[in-house]
Amino acid sequence: MTDLTSLTLAEARKGLADKTFTSLELTDAHLSAIEAARVLNAFVLETPDQARDMAKAVDEKIAKGNAGPLAGIPLGIKDLFATKGVRTTACSKILGNFVPTYESTITSQLWRDGAVMLGKLNNDEFAMGSANETSCFGPVGNPWRRDGSNTTLVPGGSSGGSASAVAALLCMGATATDTGGSIRQPAAFTATVGIKPTYGRCSRWGIVAFASSLDQAGPIARSTRDAAMLLRSMAGHDPKDTTSVDVAVPDYEAAIGRSVKGLRIGIPKEYRLDGMPAEIEKLWSEGAAWLKAAGAELVEVSLPHTKYALPAYYIVAPAEASSNLARYDGVRYGLREQGRNIIEQYENTRAEGFGAEVRRRVMIGTYVLSAGYYDAYYLRAQKVRTLIKKDFEDCFAKGVNAILTPATPSAAFGIGEKGGADPVEMYLNDIFTVTVNMAGLPGIAVPAGKDAQGLPLGLQLIGRPFDEETLFSLGEVIEQAAGRFTPARWW
Amino acid sequence: MSTATHKLLKGSTGDWEVVIGMEIHAQVTSNSKLFSGASTTFGGEPNSHVSLVDAAMPGMLPVINEECVRQAVRTGLGLNAKINLRSVFDRKNYFYPDLPQGYQISQYKSPVVGEGEVQVELDGGRSVSIGIERLHLEQDAGKLLHDQSPTMSYVDLNRSGVALMEIVSKPDIRDAEQAKAYVTKLRSILRYLGTCDGDMEKGSLRADVNVSVRKPGAPLGTRCEIKNMNSITFIGQAIEYEALRQIEILEDGGAIDQETRLYDPNKGETRSMRSKEEAHDYRYFPDPDLLPLEFSQSFVDELKAGLPELPDQKKTRFVADLGLSAYDASVLVAERESAVFYETVLDKLANRARDGKMAANWVINELFGRLNKESRDITDSPVSSEQLAAIIDLIGEGTISGKIAKDLFEIVWQEGGDPRALVESRGMKQVTDLSAIEKVVDDIIAANPDKAAQVKDKPQSLGWFVGQVMKSSGGKANPQAVNELLKSKLGI
Repeated sequence: MTDLTSLTLAEARKGLADKTFTSLELTDAHLSAIEAARVLNAFVLETPDQARDMAKAVDEKIAKGNAGPLAGIPLGIKDLFATKGVRTTACSKILGNFVPTYESTITSQLWRDGAVMLGKLNNDEFAMGSANETSCFGPVGNPWRRDGSNTTLVPGGSSGGSASAVAALLCMGATATDTGGSIRQPAAFTATVGIKPTYGRCSRWGIVAFASSLDQAGPIARSTRDAAMLLRSMAGHDPKDTTSVDVAVPDYEAAIGRSVKGLRIGIPKEYRLDGMPAEIEKLWSEGAAWLKAAGAELVEVSLPHTKYALPAYYIVAPAEASSNLARYDGVRYGLREQGRNIIEQYENTRAEGFGAEVRRRVMIGTYVLSAGYYDAYYLRAQKVRTLIKKDFEDCFAKGVNAILTPATPSAAFGIGEKGGADPVEMYLNDIFTVTVNMAGLPGIAVPAGKDAQGLPLGLQLIGRPFDEETLFSLGEVIEQAAGRFTPARWW
Repeated sequence: MSTATHKLLKGSTGDWEVVIGMEIHAQVTSNSKLFSGASTTFGGEPNSHVSLVDAAMPGMLPVINEECVRQAVRTGLGLNAKINLRSVFDRKNYFYPDLPQGYQISQYKSPVVGEGEVQVELDGGRSVSIGIERLHLEQDAGKLLHDQSPTMSYVDLNRSGVALMEIVSKPDIRDAEQAKAYVTKLRSILRYLGTCDGDMEKGSLRADVNVSVRKPGAPLGTRCEIKNMNSITFIGQAIEYEALRQIEILEDGGAIDQETRLYDPNKGETRSMRSKEEAHDYRYFPDPDLLPLEFSQSFVDELKAGLPELPDQKKTRFVADLGLSAYDASVLVAERESAVFYETVLDKLANRARDGKMAANWVINELFGRLNKESRDITDSPVSSEQLAAIIDLIGEGTISGKIAKDLFEIVWQEGGDPRALVESRGMKQVTDLSAIEKVVDDIIAANPDKAAQVKDKPQSLGWFVGQVMKSSGGKANPQAVNELLKSKLGI
């Protein structure tokens, strides 16, 4: 039954409904796959007992015919989501063996709809990273390798565990979060589909916060249809998160296969970077051509403040993070390193509990908010943010329905290859994705091709606020044209 | 403001003027905390009123409690202040174990309430107007318990997240008397509005007092902030001490260090807590978890329409409608409960136009006097408003004399009971029947022929006869009737 893991979510839904197999069988197949793939380090906590219990319970519901839209579908959960009674660490030593007494809104909606939890997925510590190398549980392996190479590559980050597990067929879909590209960049590195919905589309309640004004959860899945199914369950207004928006959640799956004829697709000239690899350029043109062939209209657009997005992001995000992470002080939960007084206890706890990248961002954030620097950094970054947002608004006001860009400036790279000497080298991974978070817009990454070494590459589509449906329709056109990409199993 | 309303302090180099500004932290009366559903009940086992949000568990988010917003707006209206239809919550970042989030959610650049004004009454009928700079909403912190273990401190988060209103005055206060009167008035307004219980012992109302001194007319001096005062008396003492301390330093050629100080009521002095250099850099920035606080003018108008009558309005009404003196009216309105008691008495009077003023005298002199003597509160008065109204009715209608009424009051105080029934059962009724009194008058005149002869030359000795008649009637004779009868019988 191992081939059960290669089904798409939509296919599995049909098999479960037709009683071709049970959720328990489907779940067991995935649990075996997880066990066999531990070298990837995608899961930081496997919850097989809970998974089987949930599967059995949902099988009973399926038998009675009152199961939800995700009934029996085994999922992986990024370790940033609080799961009741199940250790939640944000892959940081500082949370230690923290076990929440509460369930995040998003995961509780998934369980409500019948999904099954396989375990908790690896991520960059507090979602700070673009290669899943900052996790206290160690790096995650990408199931993709360069042709003829044994080098293990990163799956991207911060949702590296989610992307790797979905690509390696360890789970049918995964939750993820995206603050500057943490869903879309790993999706692009692993030939999976990842969508960061509009800010406010999904509740942030129960998700360990990185940068509150940028964080947004979304799914990583193996097809646009699968992602649409997952997002429908994840999305929705939550009175416990006042930044979530009370807008009806459409049936995203209905957008799959919808005609894109007449849609205006913006091609932003500012995303054509100097020194951009030719194969990225080629992929982009190809994607545009596919959309055009499907009846969409291509227009060149300008997003003039794009070049300021990354520097502004690296002020806003660390500023919020420095404040959001202040609660990890060793007083109430998680790691506590004693000291002779309270200040020493803080210092010892936070020095021991936070990794290098988290400490760096906390320090940057503290600096940009401090007296005398606030206006020069934080306030200016917020002004840049407003301008970036306006760039997009102007563009949409001219009738553009969505914007097509590359998802990443390169394919996946080797563990330890980037950012060792200069963190900015790593930050540049998010050059095409951070603008979307800064503007609060929805963005989807879909696999579109491979580079010369056989590594997957993705394209990004950016949509109007709350118009995820158009992204699904357009994403599926690219998906159909590019075909499906599956890594050769080496683990 | 005229200089006559405040006191200058004498130094060796001449007069000094004290300049005071205050930040009052008033706990908002609400069932639940500012950003969580946890209870705000005072007391309770440590950490028994703590939600996941209050404990800053990972992934928790604040949700504004609308009742707290309404309370802040009501308070702003009560302070004649500008209500800002859009305000912003900011994070004030610092580390302390009683602050689980590592930041306090407060309002920094855009508070919910802007400038306003409070009229403050001083002794001798003087009054001053004190400007309000702003009012904003913020979270309270938890409490550290240092007496639970010899080696560790414990944290109680019951107060963590409770809503506070910080009410900032302009530096308009000029001496300790004004400062005390300002806090008293503010407390009174808050209690009338029902937006803060004003209980300073429980910490529901605390003040940070900024004090500086200058030569009259000179620019503002460097200020010191005396933190966390929870007694009006101590506020007065601390200001007196601090002003003299600063004057002494300046007159010795020194300079004032801007710093935070604490008042020690046992020693009667302020001492340094931390200097400006040690002050925190709070790194304020807008809280990204909360949208700006926005509401409509009609929301404000609705709250305004529902406001209760405030002490100033009530005082004006008492003077105009009932003819009370300004002083009596101020005494009655100073505490909300006193005013409520008085007005309940009024409502129960048979003839409030005739007896309203008498009722005020009775509440102020007899009732407050007796309560003070026994250190009891008006809310726990043994004589109810209904009983007092009955006593006053009995006087007003002429059934008992004022003197008998005092005896009756004492009986009601001690034993309770319906005053009207008591007057009946104990035969306390005033005798107005002339024939009954006439007999007594005749007997007394007959028994004292000398005095009766003298009274024509010395009319003031009539009082002696009145006294005698009253005495032998057991105080029940109507004094006016006795007077007239005596006059006619004695031929004066």
